[in-house]
Amino acid sequence: MSLIEIKNLHVNIEGKQILKGLNLAINPGEVHSIMGPNGSGKSTLAQVIAGNTAFEVTEGDVLLEGESLLGLSADERAVKGVFMAFQYPVEIPGVSNMIFLKAAVNAVRAARGLEELDAMDFLALVKQKITLVEMDEGLLKRSVNEGFSGGEKKRNEVFQLALLEPRFAVLDETDSGLDIDALRIVAAGVNAMRAKDRGFLVITHYQRLLNYIVPDFVHVLVDGRIVESGDKSLALHLEDKGYADWLQTEPQPASAR
Amino acid sequence: MGDTKELETARTLEAIASEKYKYGFVTDIEAESVPPGLSEDVIRLISAKKGEPDWLLEWRLKAYRHWLTMTEPTWAFIHYPPIDYQQIVYYSAPKKKGDGPKSLEEVDPQLLETYAKLGIPLNEQKALAGVAVDAVFDSVSVATTFRETLAKEGIVFCSFSEAVKTHPELVRKYLGSVVPYSDNYFATLNSAVFSDGSFCYIPKGIRCPMELSTYFRINAAQTGQFERTLIVADEGATVSYLEGCTAPMRDENQLHAAVVELVAMDNATIKYSTIQNWYPGDEEGKGGIYNFVTKRGKCAGHHSHISWTQVETGSAITWKYPSCILLGDHSVGEFYSVAMVNHFQQADTGTKMIHIGKDTSSTIVSKGISAGRGQNSYRGQVKILPGADHARNFTQCDSLLIGDKCGAHTFPYIEVKNPTAHMEHEATTSKVGEDQLFYLNQRGIDDENALSMIVNGFCKQVFRELPMEFAVEATKLLSISLEGSVG
Ligand SMILES: Nc1ncnc2c1ncn2[C@@H]1O[C@H](COP(=O)(O)OP(=O)(O)OP(=O)(O)O)[C@@H](O)[C@H]1O
Ligand SMILES: [Mg+2]
Repeated sequence: MSLIEIKNLHVNIEGKQILKGLNLAINPGEVHSIMGPNGSGKSTLAQVIAGNTAFEVTEGDVLLEGESLLGLSADERAVKGVFMAFQYPVEIPGVSNMIFLKAAVNAVRAARGLEELDAMDFLALVKQKITLVEMDEGLLKRSVNEGFSGGEKKRNEVFQLALLEPRFAVLDETDSGLDIDALRIVAAGVNAMRAKDRGFLVITHYQRLLNYIVPDFVHVLVDGRIVESGDKSLALHLEDKGYADWLQTEPQPASAR
Repeated sequence: MGDTKELETARTLEAIASEKYKYGFVTDIEAESVPPGLSEDVIRLISAKKGEPDWLLEWRLKAYRHWLTMTEPTWAFIHYPPIDYQQIVYYSAPKKKGDGPKSLEEVDPQLLETYAKLGIPLNEQKALAGVAVDAVFDSVSVATTFRETLAKEGIVFCSFSEAVKTHPELVRKYLGSVVPYSDNYFATLNSAVFSDGSFCYIPKGIRCPMELSTYFRINAAQTGQFERTLIVADEGATVSYLEGCTAPMRDENQLHAAVVELVAMDNATIKYSTIQNWYPGDEEGKGGIYNFVTKRGKCAGHHSHISWTQVETGSAITWKYPSCILLGDHSVGEFYSVAMVNHFQQADTGTKMIHIGKDTSSTIVSKGISAGRGQNSYRGQVKILPGADHARNFTQCDSLLIGDKCGAHTFPYIEVKNPTAHMEHEATTSKVGEDQLFYLNQRGIDDENALSMIVNGFCKQVFRELPMEFAVEATKLLSISLEGSVG
């Protein structure tokens, strides 16, 4: 059975249709990458999988191990093992990163029938996982993402990925905003998380990332649909040619109406 | 490391997020009350019941006569039907068996149980380490713990009525010295009918070895609570004082009109913390306490320091402005406040900082949280008088809105009569964002915990000022008050 399966997904936001019948299946152990022009609906897909209610699913389904996620709230999905690294991580003034992370870890543990970590055990876990992304420990004491640089925010996302050990993770442009070294470190962190029962969906604009996180499949998302799928060489092709092929054959949304 | 403590606090918060107003029970205890209504006779009766000296009765009567000439204030941003002062019971006390308790062992077990249920053990063996408690039940003080320990240092900590008997000279000297009997409608009413409260005197040079605390409980129906607290810190003395309060859930509104007076002499420090959790009324706005309170501190001596910290989550209506009169040169006044309103609660609260002495400074940090249809107003006055050279004030006033049916209002009044004054004022209003909630949800944290986390983060600056046990308590209270404000 697929780990995650997206069937004929149609999504609206504020009355505008963004996803127009998207199909995708990811098996355990696989890494898929999605590339596509700005505004094509990549983040929309990520947000819908994660359960952001601002988006309206008008048709289709999202299944985790054969079970529909659509009736579940975002936190229910999260504790089932769905994780999204945000393209734009949200700042939460006053809330200590550490307190937030501990609450998150314990929420997920509770759902897995594991006992709650106390402060000491949690700190030990943090020390172990933080090395994976080489994140500055000082960031733990600060408010969640507040005043973090773009790169620090992205590292904090991957750090959370490592702490929460989800079944399925969507990384939404986790590479953008990272310097070359950070890119390598973050990619190594993700690679360390690759496992035979875990799946990834990596959204990116740059083929470069895929040199580090080598995907099993690459999909091209244009105007709310997957228009082409292939192996990692497809990314190289895109880097070379851009999206011109599909944009020409696709009717322009404006003139279509 | 400090992280551990912070993390534990957050954990407690998670555990209690699903509680409701759990202090709403009524203790079935026989009470001795005077009939409803107010007259000179009632005042004479109260005074006689307490065996008061003539000067105090005269003071009460003077206040009462003055009160008759006054009208209820209407300037606050609060709305309520007229109060019928003749329907209120002005005195209610749990019936004493014999002469009344001389020690804790003699206190009615049912009362001890009530306080235990409220999480306030009066039994010294089980008491919170390092906190002495005076418990006020309806109109009277029922027990004070750790008195002997305190007496060794010369500290007087007892009920107000007792202080009138044992330390009349101190009471007479300071009663009304900060809040005169003619001060305002509710304070004047209190001066006429106040029943009990706490009295505390810290002698010269003494640092009070434990937190002092008064725990107020309104139990009887239709009863007003009019307690009066007086704290005097003599030269070089230091004291930290905590006040907590709860009331049963009742459909009618009950009036609480207290007065607190603080006096700090040269180099003395008084830190006064309040966790106000009077019954707020139900989801439809029915019932709840009218909390119309006058709190004022006088920094009488040079380098004296008075700090008010309040966490206001209860009451149907809160009308309260803990203030500082900065008389002594180099004296310092502080006000740290969290006021939370949900459902139909209304709060009009803030402070007054009156700078009279030279080099006086004041800090105001106000955090207002509005949810449901709650209305929250910050009203603050900073006054720099001509003689207050180099006075400083810093004011920070933040509002957090949850949902779009609530309101936040700020009414700052600034009056500067000395050109050397240095004033800073910051104000922000923010909304709990859907994106913030979603971010926390995406990490497995449910709405209720996510909201508590955001709100507690918002209040951190104030909670930091509270003694540790109270900080945990405050965190809990906020999560309870927030209930039903998401989704
Ligand atoms: N909250 C919103 N309100 C209105 N329109 C929205 C909202 N969120 C997204 N959209 C629109 O939906 C479309 C798809 O946006 P989405 O963020 O999914 O694109 P994307 O493929 O992730 O783009 P990028 O590569 O720039 O990140 C865009 O036209 C965008 O403006
Ligand atoms: Mg995007």
